Amino acid sequence: MKENVIPKFVIESKRSRGFLDLKELIYYKDLLYFFVLRDITVLYKQTILGILWAILNPLFQMVVFSIIFGKLANVPSDGIPYPIFSFSGILPFNYFSQSLSGASLSLVSSTNIFTKIYFPRILIPLTPVLSKIADFSIAFLILIGMMIFYGIYPSWNLIFLPMLILLMILTSMGIGMWLSSLAIQYRDVKFAMGYVTTLLMYAAPVVFPASLIAEKAGYTVYLLYGLYPMAGVIEGFRSSLLGINPMPWDLISIGFLSAVILFFTGAFYFKRTERIFADVA
Amino acid sequence: MAELAVRVVDVSKAFLIGLQESRRETLGAEILSWFRSPKKNYNNLKRLNTYKHIGDSEDLFWALKNISFELKQGETLGIIGDNGAGKSTLLKIISRITNPTSGYAEVFGRSSSLLEVGTGFNSELTGRENIYLNGTILGMSKKEIDKKFDEIVNFSGVEKFIDTQIKKYSSGMRIRLAFAVAANINTELMIIDEVLSIGDAEFRKKSLSKMIEVANSGTAIILVTHNMLPVQSLCKNTILLDHGRISNYGPTNEIISQYLGNVTKDLTSQTWSMDKAPGSDSIKLLKAEVRPISNLPVIRAGDAFEFEFVLYNLLSEDLNIDITFHLMDEYENLVFIGSTALTNYKYNVKQGYIKSVCRIPANLLNNGKFSITRFFVITGGTKVLYEHRDLLTFEITSDLMYDHGKSGKIDGLLKPHLDWEIHCEEEIEV
Repeated sequence: MKENVIPKFVIESKRSRGFLDLKELIYYKDLLYFFVLRDITVLYKQTILGILWAILNPLFQMVVFSIIFGKLANVPSDGIPYPIFSFSGILPFNYFSQSLSGASLSLVSSTNIFTKIYFPRILIPLTPVLSKIADFSIAFLILIGMMIFYGIYPSWNLIFLPMLILLMILTSMGIGMWLSSLAIQYRDVKFAMGYVTTLLMYAAPVVFPASLIAEKAGYTVYLLYGLYPMAGVIEGFRSSLLGINPMPWDLISIGFLSAVILFFTGAFYFKRTERIFADVA
Repeated sequence: MAELAVRVVDVSKAFLIGLQESRRETLGAEILSWFRSPKKNYNNLKRLNTYKHIGDSEDLFWALKNISFELKQGETLGIIGDNGAGKSTLLKIISRITNPTSGYAEVFGRSSSLLEVGTGFNSELTGRENIYLNGTILGMSKKEIDKKFDEIVNFSGVEKFIDTQIKKYSSGMRIRLAFAVAANINTELMIIDEVLSIGDAEFRKKSLSKMIEVANSGTAIILVTHNMLPVQSLCKNTILLDHGRISNYGPTNEIISQYLGNVTKDLTSQTWSMDKAPGSDSIKLLKAEVRPISNLPVIRAGDAFEFEFVLYNLLSEDLNIDITFHLMDEYENLVFIGSTALTNYKYNVKQGYIKSVCRIPANLLNNGKFSITRFFVITGGTKVLYEHRDLLTFEITSDLMYDHGKSGKIDGLLKPHLDWEIHCEEEIEV
């Protein structure tokens, strides 16, 4: 007998206490693994270009941005060639936006699963956030190729890159939990997502450097800008990979604070509402 | 005393049913309402959370009301009832899919719920990948699946296609694979909804016997179904749900016969006056009756009895007719078809009353509930003049002389008188 204590589950009308049941998440870690594996395996099935899409999408964006913002509008790029400047922003931002749209649809599109069986619902929005790392990694190879092409080498700040990637994932998880829970209750989210991601794209320092904000609006606004965690993430990416500017610790620490708040409130809101998911789905 | 597996205490569950939309009379008011409606829509959506609105309005529908029961480890429980009785809602609460509006349920030990087989199957993935995906959804770890993998594949019978995408599977193969995963879970409690009624007859048999095996191994089972056969063969006790309440709880056989008794009331005789008689332009049905031939008021198993049908021919010319009926048992098995067409006679009838009597010989039917579910008057061999559904329902009571055990019923639809011959021989050449 491996365990003598029989676990007991109580199903009652009261909302669940706490926000993340870590023990349960560990028990279901294999399910999360197979969910993520499924998403990655299925994504480019029955396409001609297959995994090339993970490369083509950001590449195409980069070309458009370089022509419109780099050449026509002459947007400054901190002295870095515009293509690699914009690509270093597109890379984390695409991960962020794909995670969000994946997470916002996740609950709605898996009603057929969670109305039939119990497992921690939180795995559903976390799955797209984790599976998009695959696309991110593939697109990352392009960035490395471009760095070699332009002869740009990373600075010592490269050691902070994993931390930035974790911040990017944490942010996506936090907002993803908010969006998925809102989307299953209010289907408006589905319609709003298109505009919201575009808006978030132009709000992030993808096509322009964050230094532009400080320059035009002052340091206080620049710090407030840091509340958008992707600002710190993208500028941090540029600093660690392209090695031009120093690490923007001010943006990153404010962004980290806001990401942590988003994550915990997201998890809390998700837990608070999850018991009605099966009823409203 | 055995440990509890499930305890359900005073569980109720409310759903919000359609809110009455107020109608706008003018286009202006309609357009105005579009601008107002976001707030109204928001409030309506907000109200879907019924946990906050207990007892506050008339558009609440109570799918379950004050349900309490207990199930001990290793026991089996059936839940039956009409559509909308709340069976599936109850299972969803025990399976932790949805929460009760009030009351609580406790589940002791790991449980697995099969409200559907193949939950989460993805048709782009291979059989192997889907076994792992579906297995982990059902609560197994990768290690457990590794250990059971061969057993699952063997049971499913799709070895050859295990690395093929399941979108190329036939629906039967999918179901077999899905059931194979589900049936190989080791938990203390198994919650099953209708899944034993899928697939073809042979597969149903196989899955039922697998479930019996699971039950015998000490797993507690809760089974919800419309199909009485699995409940009878699997469940010791049964709950009859009616409009969200427990209407009865007890040994399966008693509950089922009470339930089916409620569903089909005896109807041993029907008569109609000429102006109200059912029928067609040419033929009317005036009377249908089933009655014992003996002097007893009831028909006992093995007794002879007879049907009488009185018809009226409206046509002035002679009519060639055949009378046919389908006799079914309470589980809707066709027992036999009785028809004059199966005899060697031709029946030509004049205008006016027609009395027909059909005698059922002794030593034929066992006790149980039987119905004439379809009744036809046919002319010219094939043309249906009139069809009547659910004409008669009657009970054949047990024959006390041969009462075996308490339940008084020897299994089987028929109770034939068989000729036996037994004697001893010195030597038999085989």
